Amino acid sequence: MSTDGHDYLRIEGLAKTYPGSVEPVFDSVNFGMQRGEFVVIIGHSGCGKTTILNVLAGLEQASEGYVFMDGREVSGPSLERGVVFQGHALMPWLSVRKNIAFAVRSKWPDWSATQVNAQVERYVEMVGLGGAIDKKPSQLSGGMKQRVGIARAFAIQPKMLLLDEPFGALDALTRGSIQDELLKICAETRQTVFMITHDVDEAILLADRILLMSNGPQARVAEIVRNTMPRSRQRATLHHDPQYYRIRNHLVDFLVARSKDLSHGRAPAQPAEVSPGLTEPESAPVQPVHLRRIA
Amino acid sequence: MTGLRSPALRSAALSLMILALVLLVWHLATLGGAAPVAPKAAMTAEEIEYAKLLGKDVSGGGADAAKSGFPTLAQMGQAIATQLASPFYDNGPNDKGVGLQLAYSLARVGLGFAIAAVVAIPLGFLIGMSPLVYRALDPFIQVLKPISPLAWMPLALYTIKDSNISGIFVIFICSVWPMLLNTAFGVAGVRREWLNVARTLEVKPLRRAFEVILPAAAPTILTGMRISMGIAWLVIVAAEMLVGGTGIGYFVWNEWNNLSLPNVIFAILMIGLVGMLLDLMFARLQKAVTYVD
Repeated sequence: MSTDGHDYLRIEGLAKTYPGSVEPVFDSVNFGMQRGEFVVIIGHSGCGKTTILNVLAGLEQASEGYVFMDGREVSGPSLERGVVFQGHALMPWLSVRKNIAFAVRSKWPDWSATQVNAQVERYVEMVGLGGAIDKKPSQLSGGMKQRVGIARAFAIQPKMLLLDEPFGALDALTRGSIQDELLKICAETRQTVFMITHDVDEAILLADRILLMSNGPQARVAEIVRNTMPRSRQRATLHHDPQYYRIRNHLVDFLVARSKDLSHGRAPAQPAEVSPGLTEPESAPVQPVHLRRIA
Repeated sequence: MTGLRSPALRSAALSLMILALVLLVWHLATLGGAAPVAPKAAMTAEEIEYAKLLGKDVSGGGADAAKSGFPTLAQMGQAIATQLASPFYDNGPNDKGVGLQLAYSLARVGLGFAIAAVVAIPLGFLIGMSPLVYRALDPFIQVLKPISPLAWMPLALYTIKDSNISGIFVIFICSVWPMLLNTAFGVAGVRREWLNVARTLEVKPLRRAFEVILPAAAPTILTGMRISMGIAWLVIVAAEMLVGGTGIGYFVWNEWNNLSLPNVIFAILMIGLVGMLLDLMFARLQKAVTYVD
């Protein structure tokens, strides 16, 4: 499915070598994305996830390989791809309203002030920050700032959304509630999303497919896990689904045991797609893996 | 004593006490008057003439003796009252009110400073955004920066041939460096993530400069402007002493030639007061553009 040639986003043979190092951080990265799909990439620090996202955003150049979106090559930043940055990246001298208006006016420079304001208010309302719209970022909590970052990215109605570990700096409770919101908004807007995370549960909650990256150097997308759980997921009931632990164990197994052995280009260039949620558990019942975040 | 519990009131009370102490010391120091001149009767005609040449008053007795020395508080108060009564009078080139002289100085500083800002801020932007330009201009800046602005004066007078414009030039040259360096520093330090936001939103260069880089660097730029203004106000007094004609610096020099120490002291106070007000103004501006991250 990922190689049928009709992918909305297509990454081919992507590699990045930083000046001064012999071995590339990652190479032969190949994968595709469908329109409306939520894809999460997961892997250890230093495997180049953020670099891949920046290449997709057009903020960084790859050493080799191509990115195609909607049949055209991605060669620089574009309003077609909204980015939610790791550290929210709000401009501290502007209020929430003006921060988002800055983005809206960039997309539609001909809009009147009323039109811009209507768009801004709609998206601020969407992330539940209507009451804080005229506050400065410094007056907001970390979770609220990240919500504003999300609203800003959605407000320009991009064809694709790139999220660089958007909830990494948030506490677990805040993270959970924003995850729920993101899930709801994505379901409403049928947004195509590419997201980086370190959090296995976040990946299972949000993603349609999970890209597993082997360790660097010469990291690759080693395997693609299809999330076969029904799309109407909820954080509260997620772990009652029998598929949940099968998928989760598969992911944790990869990150803990296999990703190391697949560094230095030992991972396949064309990743296989697996559906661990559908395979019947082997003789012994699956032991829940001890909850941990992979850092 | 309840009112004195507030720290602001207590510090104000202490300030007043220090002021009172300084005034008391002044009063006591000038009480005895200057070196008492020997009675007129005991002097020969040549000695009286010599004493007059030295600026000593020989006409009266001991009561008038204080007049020739450092001014007493009463004389000082009188000088202040006379000056403040008509600060803008103009009785020809060597006799203008202190307000008028301050206005001349402020106009020079304002003009020199404005030209410096117009040059330094865009150039600082350029330097801050391009490491290449920064490296290319750095040796020039490093050599030019430590030069005392007054050292430029002969060159300015020779090439410009106008003492007034030379004064403005000296203000320009001393204001330009802090603004240039701070602007470059502020612009170079604009966070990568804000620039990346602008890039992903395809923001045009001019809009990026005015809506992202300028507000982000504004606190640093304003700090540079504040330092520049402080230096400019220091330098204007010296420059006007050199070029003469008008201005508070010339006023000080002129009153020294008149041996009017009360007026000199009054001018010194005014220089300090105006300098403080200028600094306060920039502090306000700085506060207005500072953001909490």
